[in-house]
Amino acid sequence: MEPIETDLLVIGAGPGGYVCAIRAGQLGVSTVIVERNRPGGTCLNVGCIPSKALIHVAEQFHIARLQARDGGALGISVSDPRIDLAAAVDWKDGIVSRLNSGVAGLLKKAGVKSIQGEARFIDGKTVMIRSEMGEQRLTARRIVIATGSRPVELPDLPFGGAILSSTQALALTAVPRTLAVVGGGYIGLEIGMAFAKLGAKVTIVEAEARILPQYDTDLTKPVAERLKELGVRVMTGARAGGHAKGRLNVETGGGSERIAAEKVLVTVGRTPGFDGLGLDELSLAMSGPFLRIDEQCRTSMRDVFAIGDVTGEPMLAHRAMAQGEMVAAIAAGRPGGWDKACIPAICFTDPEIVTAGLDPEAARAAGHAVRTASFPFRANGRAMTLGAETGFVRVVAREDNHLILGLQAVGAGMAELAAAFSALIEMGARLEDVAETIHAHPTQGEALQEAALAALGHPLHI
Amino acid sequence: MGEFTIKLPDVGEGIAEAELTAWHVKVGDIVREDDIIAEVMTEKAAVEIPTEVTGKVIWLGGEPGEMLAIGSDLARIEVEGEGNRPGAQAAAGAKTPREPPEQPATKAPEPAPPEPGAKSDPDAGPDAAPRPLPRPAARRREGERPLAAPSVRRRARDAGADLRQVMGSGPAGRITHDDLSAFLEHGPSHDGPTRQPDMSVSEERIIGLRKRIAERMALSKSRIPHITIVEEIDMTDVETLRARLNADHSGTRGKLTVLPFLMLAIADAVAEQPAINAHFDDEAGILRKSGGVHVGIATQTGGGLVVPVVRHVEALTLWEAGAELARLAQSARESRAGRDELKGSTITITSLGPMGAIATTPIINYPEVAIVGVNKMQMRPVWDGSGFVPRRMMNISSAFDHRVIDGWDAAVFVQKLKTLLETPALLFVKG
Repeated sequence: MEPIETDLLVIGAGPGGYVCAIRAGQLGVSTVIVERNRPGGTCLNVGCIPSKALIHVAEQFHIARLQARDGGALGISVSDPRIDLAAAVDWKDGIVSRLNSGVAGLLKKAGVKSIQGEARFIDGKTVMIRSEMGEQRLTARRIVIATGSRPVELPDLPFGGAILSSTQALALTAVPRTLAVVGGGYIGLEIGMAFAKLGAKVTIVEAEARILPQYDTDLTKPVAERLKELGVRVMTGARAGGHAKGRLNVETGGGSERIAAEKVLVTVGRTPGFDGLGLDELSLAMSGPFLRIDEQCRTSMRDVFAIGDVTGEPMLAHRAMAQGEMVAAIAAGRPGGWDKACIPAICFTDPEIVTAGLDPEAARAAGHAVRTASFPFRANGRAMTLGAETGFVRVVAREDNHLILGLQAVGAGMAELAAAFSALIEMGARLEDVAETIHAHPTQGEALQEAALAALGHPLHI
Repeated sequence: MGEFTIKLPDVGEGIAEAELTAWHVKVGDIVREDDIIAEVMTEKAAVEIPTEVTGKVIWLGGEPGEMLAIGSDLARIEVEGEGNRPGAQAAAGAKTPREPPEQPATKAPEPAPPEPGAKSDPDAGPDAAPRPLPRPAARRREGERPLAAPSVRRRARDAGADLRQVMGSGPAGRITHDDLSAFLEHGPSHDGPTRQPDMSVSEERIIGLRKRIAERMALSKSRIPHITIVEEIDMTDVETLRARLNADHSGTRGKLTVLPFLMLAIADAVAEQPAINAHFDDEAGILRKSGGVHVGIATQTGGGLVVPVVRHVEALTLWEAGAELARLAQSARESRAGRDELKGSTITITSLGPMGAIATTPIINYPEVAIVGVNKMQMRPVWDGSGFVPRRMMNISSAFDHRVIDGWDAAVFVQKLKTLLETPALLFVKG
C-alpha cells in the first residue's frame, strides 16, 4: 500500500492518545492515530468506565437486597431481588460502545485519520502498520507512544479459565459463588467489593501488611470496616500460590491455607504494553520498566514522545489526557511543559477515597511545617440524609502561609469532590480562601469548608 | 493553698544583681521541686535557678533582659498547704483562691496568650503589628515552585516568561495576572529577578552572655592601648612531633592539637618575663604578676564567646594540658562549664582554627596584659638559602597592654615563642 506521511503519529487510542490526537487535529496538525483494538483504551473498554458501571449495578442490587431482608430503615420494602449479570453486562457494553463511537466521532471531527492496526517501529520516524488491509509504511515528523499498560500475570496463576484479569472479571456473565482477589490495591478492592455486593463470597489476598498501602490508615480504615460488614475476608501478609479444584493456595505467616475460590481475580499491578511495538529498534532510555520522559514528555529520542501508563505511575487516565493535550500543543509548535500542581486520584471503593496533593506525611517529608485538620461526615447534615455518615474531609496546609498542600477525603460519593480539590490546589488557595467561600447547604462539600475552618482553629459545626 | 515566693539566690560572691536571661516557665505552668524555672547571668557565668517547691506558677518577677537584685522576688508558686507568704495566704483564703491578690504587676510580665491560630496567621487582624507597605514581591525559597493559577501559567508559557523569575504579590506569594503583566512590561530588574531590596530591620535585644561580651570588649578596648605583633612561625617540627605522638598515643591519651604546645611555650616564655603573665589593676595602679600560668582559651559556643581556663600550665605535661583543654572546651560548648572554670585566667589564647586568617588583632581579656592569637597554619614556600622548600607556616598575632609592656618586651616574648615552637625539643629540655 502507499506509504503515508504525516506530522504526528499517535500510537494507541486510549485516553492519552485520543486526547492528544483530537487536540493536535484541532490545532491543525496533520495527525494519524493507530489502535489495535477499539478506541478508548483500557479506561473506556476494560477499566474505569466498565468497572464503574459494574460498581453501580452492584450497589443498586445490594441496596435492594438489604431492603428485601429487613425492610431497611427507610421504610421501603422489596421482595426477592435477583441479578441477571448478563443483562447488566449488556447495559455496560452499551455504554462502552456509545463512548467508543463518541471517541471515533470526535477524532473524525478533529480531522484525525484513524487506523485500526498494529504499529511497529522501523526507526524513530517510521513505523510499519499491519492491519486487515495489509502492511503500510508511515513516516511522521513526531511520534507519540501511548500504548498503555496491561495487567501483570503471576507465574503460578496465568490468566485463563478460572484465573481472571480485571478485563475478564468485568465481562463475567454470572456471579461466582466464591471469588479470591489476589492484590488488595484499588483495582482489586473496587471489583472485589462489587462482587461481594452481587452475592459472591469474596476473599482478598494482600501481600503487604494492609490493604491500599499507598494511602494512610485514616483513609483506609472506613474501607476496611466496610469490607468487614460485607463479609469480605481480608488476608494480609499473605501470598497466593496455585489454584486447583476450586481452591486457591494461600501462604500466610502462620502456614498455608486452601481457600474456596470458584474464580481468582489477579490485580497485582500493571506493566507497560510494549509488545509488538518494536521498541528495541529505538533503544530508548528507560526508567525501570517504563519509558523515561522529560517535563515535555519527550523520550531520549528526538521527536519521539511518550504519554500515559508507558511512562509509569501514577497510571491514571486523567494524567495521560493532560500529557496528551500538552504534547499536542508542543507538536503544533506551541510552548508546553508539565507544570501541574497535583494529579488527583480516586479509589472507587465503598466508601470512596479521593486524594489531591500531599498527605500530611508527604508534606512533612517535603520539608514543610504543616497544619492539618479534618471534618467528619457524622457532623454533616447531608451525609445523614444519605445514610452515609462514614468518613471525613482532611486538609493539609503550610503552617507559615496557610497554602493548601493537599486535600483528602473518604466517604460516599467523594469522587465528585476531586474537582474542587484539584482546582483549589492548582489555584494556590489558602485555608482562608476555602473558609471564606460559601459552600452550598446541605451538601457533603460543606465538610471541605469545615475542615479549613478547623485548620484555622475555629470550626463551626463540631 | 498557700503561696511560696522564690527569691533570686546569691549566685556569686560579691554580686549585687544579675540579669534575667530566660524563663523556663510561664504563669499557669505546674512545676515540680527542682525544676529549672529561670536563667540568670552574672558577670561571671550563667546560672539556672530551680524551684524549691512543687505547685503552680502564679507570678513571674521580670522580663528577660531586666536586672534583678539578689534577694528580690523572682517568682511565686501556688503550693499545697502553707507557703512562705502568710499574708498572701490569708488574703487568698479569704478571697477567691485562684486569683493572687494585690500585685498590680501580675498582669504585666506575661503577654496574653495568642488567639488560637492567630500566632502564625499571615493576615493577622488589627492586633498584629502594623504591616509594612506591601513588598513589591514575596520571596520564594530557593527551588520552591512558583505559585500561580493555571491561566497565569499558560499565559506565561505562551509569552515565553519563566515564572520562577516573577515575583508574586498575591496571598502566599501567588503570582497574579498583574504580576505577570508587570514582568512582561518591565522585565526582571537588571540584577536578576531574585535580587530585591530588603527594607526590613529586625531588632534583637542584646542580653545575657552577648551583653556580657559586649561590656567586656568595650572595657578592654577603651581602657587598654593595644600593641599588636604578628610573627610567622615554622611549625613543621611541631607538626612532625605531634603527628608521631598522636600516631602512638592518641588512642589512649586523646588527640593533641597545636594548642598544648603553644600553652607550654607560653608558660616557658612568661617564666622569663613575668610581667606578661599578669593582671593590671589600673585603678589601684598595681601590676599583679602571677606565678601560676592560667591560660584562658577563647572558645566559641552556641551562646557566644566564653573563656574556660586551664590552670597552672607551668605544672602540666603536654598530655595533661591537652586533656584539660579538651575537657574544658567540651563542657563550655555544652554550657556545663562551672563558674570557677570560666574565671581567673592570667593570659589568653584565641584561635579560630582553619578560619584563623593570616593575621588578627586580638583584644586583651581585661585585666590581663597579653593575648596570643593563633592564625591559620598552611604550607608555604620558604627560602632555605638555596631553594624554596615547603614548610608548615603559621602566624601568631599577639596583643599587649602598652601601658605596662614595652614594644621591646613584647617582641622578646614573641621571639621566645617562635624559638620554642620552631625547635620543640626545647619545650622538654629544661635547664
